[in-house]
Amino acid sequence: MTTPLLEIEDLYARVCDKEIVKGFNLTINEGEVHAVMGPNGAGKSTLSNILCGKPGYEVTSGSVRFKGKDLLAMSPEERAREGIFLAMQYPVEIPGVPVTTFLKHAVNAIRKHRGEPELDTMDFVKMVREEGRRFRLDAEMIKRPVNVGFSGGEKKRLEALQMAVLKPDFAILDEADSGLDIDALKVVADGVGALRDGKRSMLIITHFQRLLDHIVPDFVHVYADGRIVKSGGRELAAELEEKGYAEFERAK
Amino acid sequence: MNKITEIADESGDKYKYGFVTEIEADTVPKGLNADIIRLISAKKGEPEWLLDWRLKAFEFWQTMKEPSWAKLSYDRIDYQDLCYYSAPKQKVAPKSLDEVDKSLLETYDKLGIPLKEQEVLAGVVAVDAVFDSVSVATTYRAKLAEKGVIFCSISEAVREHPELVRRYLGSVVPYTDNFFACLNSAVFTDGSFVYIPKGVRCPMELSTYFRINAKNTGQFERTLIIADDKSYVSYLEGCTAPQRDENQLHAAIVEIVVLKDAEVKYSTVQNWYPGDKDGKGGVYNFVTKRAACRGDNSKISWTQVETGSAVTWKYPSCVLQGDNSVGEFYSVAITNNRQQADTGTKMIHIGRNTSSKIVSKGISAGFSNQTYRGLVKVSPGARNARNYSQCDSLLIGSNCGSHTVPYIENRNKTAKIEHEATTSKISDEQLFYCQSRGIGEEEAVSLIVNGFCKEVMQHLPMEFAIEAVKLINISLEGSVG
Repeated sequence: MTTPLLEIEDLYARVCDKEIVKGFNLTINEGEVHAVMGPNGAGKSTLSNILCGKPGYEVTSGSVRFKGKDLLAMSPEERAREGIFLAMQYPVEIPGVPVTTFLKHAVNAIRKHRGEPELDTMDFVKMVREEGRRFRLDAEMIKRPVNVGFSGGEKKRLEALQMAVLKPDFAILDEADSGLDIDALKVVADGVGALRDGKRSMLIITHFQRLLDHIVPDFVHVYADGRIVKSGGRELAAELEEKGYAEFERAK
Repeated sequence: MNKITEIADESGDKYKYGFVTEIEADTVPKGLNADIIRLISAKKGEPEWLLDWRLKAFEFWQTMKEPSWAKLSYDRIDYQDLCYYSAPKQKVAPKSLDEVDKSLLETYDKLGIPLKEQEVLAGVVAVDAVFDSVSVATTYRAKLAEKGVIFCSISEAVREHPELVRRYLGSVVPYTDNFFACLNSAVFTDGSFVYIPKGVRCPMELSTYFRINAKNTGQFERTLIIADDKSYVSYLEGCTAPQRDENQLHAAIVEIVVLKDAEVKYSTVQNWYPGDKDGKGGVYNFVTKRAACRGDNSKISWTQVETGSAVTWKYPSCVLQGDNSVGEFYSVAITNNRQQADTGTKMIHIGRNTSSKIVSKGISAGFSNQTYRGLVKVSPGARNARNYSQCDSLLIGSNCGSHTVPYIENRNKTAKIEHEATTSKISDEQLFYCQSRGIGEEEAVSLIVNGFCKEVMQHLPMEFAIEAVKLINISLEGSVG
């Protein structure tokens, strides 16, 4: 029994009049973890930005449905409230806004959307602290303003922490491993891996195989020139690592 | 006296605007001349010396010109078309809140001023509520009196403590200081008076709420705070004004005298009616606030959150006369729609080892315009003076303006003066980051703005900070999208 969570059909999109996504098709069912791999500059981040509704991208044709609803018609915040989360490649700084405050606003916005009451502040802070430990972000760190003065690795761990706190139905991890050393990679991968519960789906966008050694995907797709050029199981990632992307780029 | 009664009866007008309370106002005819000043003084039963002082101020004012150096543009004010005195009619002065006019209390309720609860919450805040020009309710007097703290209306202080008023009134802001201060000196009607005796730490935060009510009545409050040796007081000033169509002039003075080893913390949340979306209506706010750190080791700290008024002209200043005295200025100013604000501070270093700190955060949205204007002045005798200034501006949208005009006049080689300034915009990246977590656009803006102001907000007393955060959010409504 598979229930489709995200259905992308024949998607075309452009940025500043430049066509970047050219006929992208992908269906992700509940509980599945997909990896999209591709060379630098292939437009992998464009895909995640379009899915999350970042301004500046123009979808020229195709459709995206999330839980059967028209995703492209929703504002970025509506998408998040419906259960989409994006762990960003380059998280931005928000000076003066502590991580806990930021997350409390986010959690309560999502809860309000679901008709649930606001969380108690004390319980919430306790929960964030516990999750923080899992990602090796101590109580001092989560009191600091969002991403301000965080190292590259700390920012990535904070993204993973946010995912753990917001508990999305569908998470996109955009180059979640870049800038991480081996130990930090393991922390993030283990933390994210623990969120894999058979219901939650994930889309892992990456250039390298190394993250996929820790979070083993159900499906791997090779992305080149705006579309998926090959799909397969986890073994495809190893093949890519060995042969590189050149072959697929030629094949397109 | 017959004449006065007649005039008052004639002008007991019926109000027709929004919130305006239906209380018969005791109003003096429009216009300004020596007779009007005599009338105001007589109504208040003032001593001769104060009337003389007012008249001297008026004479001087007539030789002055309205300043035009600020980056503000507004319709010319016709000073002869204003009414300079209005007091709610009360047969006898009320002894408690029960005796205060019901509709007056209702108005406060509408404005969210929990005057009645204040009594229940004894010991938290003392309120000297100013309705239009005359104080109608003063609470917590007894508790303060125990410590010898005097907290009353300035008219009462003139009657009860003339020696203190006479000694300090105009000693920090002389009537010759500037056009608006001079006008205030001639016609001020009421305000607050605080005296903290030697060695006393004021047991509660003192606060006043101001409200402009009577039609066409300029508000000319005058506040005088004296902190004697080794004393401490935290004073809160907050104000709200009802919506109306005409521009309302507000030209207040706050004078603070800080003696040896004393400290005064003065916090303001200002949300006078800012006018509508097109800039119609709204309060003109021309305020002179100044503190003199007269004694050695004295300290003054100004914290302000300015969200209201159509036009703001305000520079709370510190005159650091005593050796080792400290002046601080923490400010958040928010302008939206067509609001204009020209605000900042002056730090005048005179004593030795004096230090000052300025943290100014300006947020402009809509079609508003904002200027930070500040002066840091180090006199020849001010050895080892230190100043640190930080002026940050945040722009929302692309139709607003932000300007920073720091003046530095240094006459002593040992001075250390630092100035940092930044201007930034709320970036699309920041907004998207918040939205991608489920936070709506308006909420995201307020979150980012509150983060930007945090350094200043931390200096506000707790209950004031909560109110200020709400105000910031209200002020920025409709600034995005």
